[in-house]
Amino acid sequence: MARLEKSAGDIANEIDERFGSAKFVRRSARKVFPDHWSFMLGEIALYSFIILLLTGTFLTLWFKPSQVEVPYEGSYIPLHGLTMSEAYASTLRISFDVRGGLIMRQIHHWAALIFVAAMIVHSARVFFTGAFRKPRETNWLIGVALITLSIIEGLLGYSLPDDLLSGTGFRIAEGVLLAIPVVGTYLSFFFFGGQFPGEDFIARIYTFHVLLLPGIFLALITVHVMLVWYQKHTQYPLPGRTEKNSVGYPFFPVYTAKAGGFFFITFGVTTLLAAFVTINPVWLFGPYTPTQVTAGSQPDFYMGFLEGAFRLMPNWEIHALGYTLSMNIIVPCFIVPGLLFTSMGLYPMIERWVTGDNREHHVLDRPRNVPTRTGLGVMALTTWLILLAAGANDVIAITFHLSINAITWFFRIAIFVVPPLSYVVTKRICLGLQRRDRDLVLHGRETGRIMRLPNGEMIEVHEPISETQRYILTAHESPGPLELEPATDPNGIPRRRVLASKLRARISRFYFEDRIVPPTPTDARELESSGHH
Amino acid sequence: MSDQQHTGPGARSHDAQSDGRHDVDSRDTANDTSNADIQLAGGHDSEGPPTDGSSHDELATRFADPGLPAHTYRRSDIDPLAARRREREVATLFGLSTLGTLLFIVAYFAVKPSDAAGPEMLGQVALSTKLLGLGLGLAMFCVGAGAIHWAKTLMPDDEIVAERKPMRSSEEDRRAAVAALKEGAAGAGLGRRKLIRNSLLGALAPMGLLAIIPLRDLGPLPGDVLEHTAWKAGRRLMTDPAGRPIKAADLPIGAVVHVLPEGIKKLPRPLDEEAKATAIVIRLAPSDLADQRPDRKGWDVAGIVAYSKVCTHVGCPVGLYEQQTHHLLCPCHQSTFDVTRNCAVIFGPAARPLPQLKLATDEAGYLVAAQDFEEPVGPSFWERGD
Ligand code: HEM
Ligand code: FES
Repeated sequence: MARLEKSAGDIANEIDERFGSAKFVRRSARKVFPDHWSFMLGEIALYSFIILLLTGTFLTLWFKPSQVEVPYEGSYIPLHGLTMSEAYASTLRISFDVRGGLIMRQIHHWAALIFVAAMIVHSARVFFTGAFRKPRETNWLIGVALITLSIIEGLLGYSLPDDLLSGTGFRIAEGVLLAIPVVGTYLSFFFFGGQFPGEDFIARIYTFHVLLLPGIFLALITVHVMLVWYQKHTQYPLPGRTEKNSVGYPFFPVYTAKAGGFFFITFGVTTLLAAFVTINPVWLFGPYTPTQVTAGSQPDFYMGFLEGAFRLMPNWEIHALGYTLSMNIIVPCFIVPGLLFTSMGLYPMIERWVTGDNREHHVLDRPRNVPTRTGLGVMALTTWLILLAAGANDVIAITFHLSINAITWFFRIAIFVVPPLSYVVTKRICLGLQRRDRDLVLHGRETGRIMRLPNGEMIEVHEPISETQRYILTAHESPGPLELEPATDPNGIPRRRVLASKLRARISRFYFEDRIVPPTPTDARELESSGHH
Repeated sequence: MSDQQHTGPGARSHDAQSDGRHDVDSRDTANDTSNADIQLAGGHDSEGPPTDGSSHDELATRFADPGLPAHTYRRSDIDPLAARRREREVATLFGLSTLGTLLFIVAYFAVKPSDAAGPEMLGQVALSTKLLGLGLGLAMFCVGAGAIHWAKTLMPDDEIVAERKPMRSSEEDRRAAVAALKEGAAGAGLGRRKLIRNSLLGALAPMGLLAIIPLRDLGPLPGDVLEHTAWKAGRRLMTDPAGRPIKAADLPIGAVVHVLPEGIKKLPRPLDEEAKATAIVIRLAPSDLADQRPDRKGWDVAGIVAYSKVCTHVGCPVGLYEQQTHHLLCPCHQSTFDVTRNCAVIFGPAARPLPQLKLATDEAGYLVAAQDFEEPVGPSFWERGD
C-alpha cells in the first residue's frame, strides 16, 4: 500500500510540476454537489450520448454510406438476390453477419430514444423548478439547441440504413425542402445532388450524422457541463439551503462514485432493453424503392409532433402569379416547431422582463408556488402531446375501430381547446395546493382524531407541522403584479417607453394577479391570539 | 433602465427583498475565498430566507430556517458487522459484473449465426443477441450498482456546505477589465483610423461567400426536370415489379395494377425516374365513370384509368386502394383521393388531385401512355404555378 501511494504521489508530482494541477484538485475534489433524483435526468442524457458515441463508432466500421445498387448475397435468405443499396446491404451485414452487430445497432437506437427522451424530461424539470433563471439562461439555450439538433440527428441516423421505411422518411424530407418558398427547389436539388433519391444523399447525411452533428453536440455538451460546474448546481428549497451556499456531497469520492456508477447503470439498462426488445428490424421492411410504401409505419417518437402537425393541417395551398406556396407543409414543418422552440428558448428572458427580477437564483421553486409558469409549461407539454397523439391517428383509428376523419377532426379542435384549458386547470390546482400549504402552516395537520369540546361541539384535532416542513412551505416569495407608474416622473417629465411598460404591467398582472401569500409568523400569532389553534 | 418604472414585486411579506431587487451591486463582492472553504454542516448554518435580504424585520415576515437536519448515522456507520455486510454486497455486485463480461466473451465465440444454415440463422442471431446483451448488460449494470451501493452505504454521507459567491465579479475587477479593454482599443486606434476599420470590414464581410459559393456543385440546377417523367406517347405500361405489359382486355373490373413505363430500368438514373413515373392503374365499372371531369373524356381505355402514385402532399407512394369506395389512400398522412372523380382530394393535407395519365392501346392491344402527365407530379414546389 505504501509503495502504491508513493508511486501515485510520484506521478501526481510529475503532473503538477507541468500543469500546476494541485490547485485545481484542491478546489475540486471537495466541490459540493447537491443531490436529488431529478438531477439524474440530465445525467441520463449525457450518458446516452456517450453510449451513442461508442456504439456508433462500432457501427461505422462496417456501415457503407453508399447508394450504389448491389445484389444481396448475405445470410438473410428472404432478401437473397434482390438489388439494394450498399447502405442497406451493409446494415443487413451488421445485423446478421457481424457478431454483436445487431445488439450494437439496437443499443444505438435505444440510446438515441433515451437520449432525446431524457433531454425532454430534464428540460421539463429545469422549467418547472425555475432552474433556468439568471444566471443559467445560457445553459437553457444550449439545452434547447441540443434538443432541436438531436431531432435532426435522429432523423438522419434513422435514414442511414436506407430501408423502405427510412427511405420514405427522406422522400417526405424532399417534399418539405421543395415547399420552402423561392429557394426550395434549388435546395432540394443541391441536397440530393439532383432529383430524389439520386445517389448522393446517404453519403452526405452520413457525414452530418457521424461527424458534424456529433462534433457540435460534443462542444455544446462540454460547455453545458462546464457551466454547471462553474455556476454550481441549484438546490431545492430545504432548510439550511440558501442563495449563498451549496449543500450536498463532495465531488470526490461520493459524487464520482454515484455519477460514475450511474453511467454504467444507464449503459446496462439500455443494453438489456436492446437485448430483449427488438427495435427497427430493417430486414422486414425491405430495401428502399420510391414506388413502394408500408402502411401504419411510425417514425421515432421525437418526430411524432411534426408528424401530428402534418396530419392535422388542412390542405391550404396558395397559387398566385405562377408560384405555389404550400401552407399545408410550411405551417406544420416550419411554423409549428419554430414557435414551439422559439418560445421555449426565449422563455427565461420573457419571465425576467415580466417580473423585473434581475437577481441570481440558486434555490429552486416548488412548481406550485409559481402557478402561471407551471400552467404555461403544462400548456406547452399538452400541445406537444396532442400533436404526438395526432401523429398516430391511423394507429388509433385501427386499434379502436374509429373513423380516421373523426379522429383528425377531434384533434384539430383539441389542439386549440385543450392547451388553454390545461393552463387554467393547472393554475387552479397550483393555487389550491398553495392554499392547502397555507392552511397546514396556520392550522396544522388533520389527525383524524375527533374531540368533543366542553360545549358539546365536535372538532377534529390538528397537529402542528414540524419546523422543517413549515419552513419548506413558507420559504418562497410571492410577488404581486408590477404596478404601472404614472406617465410622468415626479418632476413632470414624461417617461420613455410608456407602451412597453404598459404591456409589461399587463403581462405581469396576468402572471401574478391570482396569488396566495405565504403565511408569516405574524399571521400565525394573530390567529393564535384570536383563539384558533 | 425601464425596470425602475415599476414598483417592486409588492408582496407584503417581502418588502425586504423587493428593496433588494437590484441588489447584486450591494452584495459583498470583495470576498475571494475559494470554495475549498468548506465546513461540515452542523445545523447552525442557516442564513435566513433564500433571498439575500438582510432585513431587520425578518422575524415578523419569515419563519426561521431551522437549518440542516442533524446528521443521522447509518447502520454501517456504527455497526462494523453491518459495514462488513455492505462491503460483501458491493463485492458481490462487482463479481457479478465480471461474470457478465465472461458471459459476453463465451457467447461471442460459442454462437456464430452466419454458420447456421438458412432459416436457422435468424434463431441463432436472436440467441446471440440475447446472450451478448445479457452479458454486456450485467457487466455494466452490476459494476454501476456496486459503485452506487458503495457510495450510499460506506462512503461518508454527511452533507457539506460550501459558500456560494455571486457570479458577478467584484467592482474592482470590473473596473480593471473595462480599463484594460479601453486601453487596448485606444492602442489599436480603430475609432480614429477609419480607413483601416472600413477596409477591414470590406475584407471580412464578403468571406461568407467563400463558404457558400464552393457548394454550387452539390447538384445541377432544377431546370424543368420536375415537369417531365419517363412517360411518352406509345410507351407501354409495365407491371411493377414483374415488368410485364398489360392487355387492356385482360383486366377485369376492379383490378388494380402498379405500373412503370417500359424500359425505365435502362435509363441513366432509374430510381430517380421511377420516383416520378410510378403510377397506378384501376379498371372502373362504367357506372363509376359518371362523375369524371368532362375535359378528361377519353383519357381512359374502356374504364381503365391511370394516376400518378406520387402523393401531391409530400410524395409518398399512394398505395392503398379501397374497392368499395374507390378511394386511394396515402399511408403517410392519410390524404384520400376519389378515383371516380379524377382523384380529387376528399380528405387530408394534400392540396391537389393526383395527376392523371392519358391512356391508349397499341396495335397489339397493350396499354400505353397517350402522352406524358400534363402537369408536374408529386409535391408542390415554388415554381410550379397552377
Ligand atoms: C448523438 C446522437 C445520435 C443519435 C440520436 C443517433 C441516432 C441513430 C439512429 C436512430 C440510427 C438508426 C439505427 C438503426 O439502424 O436502427 C443511427 C444509425 C447509425 N448511427 Fe447514429 N446516432 C447518434 C450518434 C452517432 C454517432 C456519434 C455515430 C458515429 C460516430 C453514429 C453512427 C451511426 C451509424 C454508422 C449508423 C448506421 C448503421 C446502422 O443503422 O446499422 N451515430 N443513429
Ligand atoms: S405524403 Fe401523402 S398525405 Fe402526406
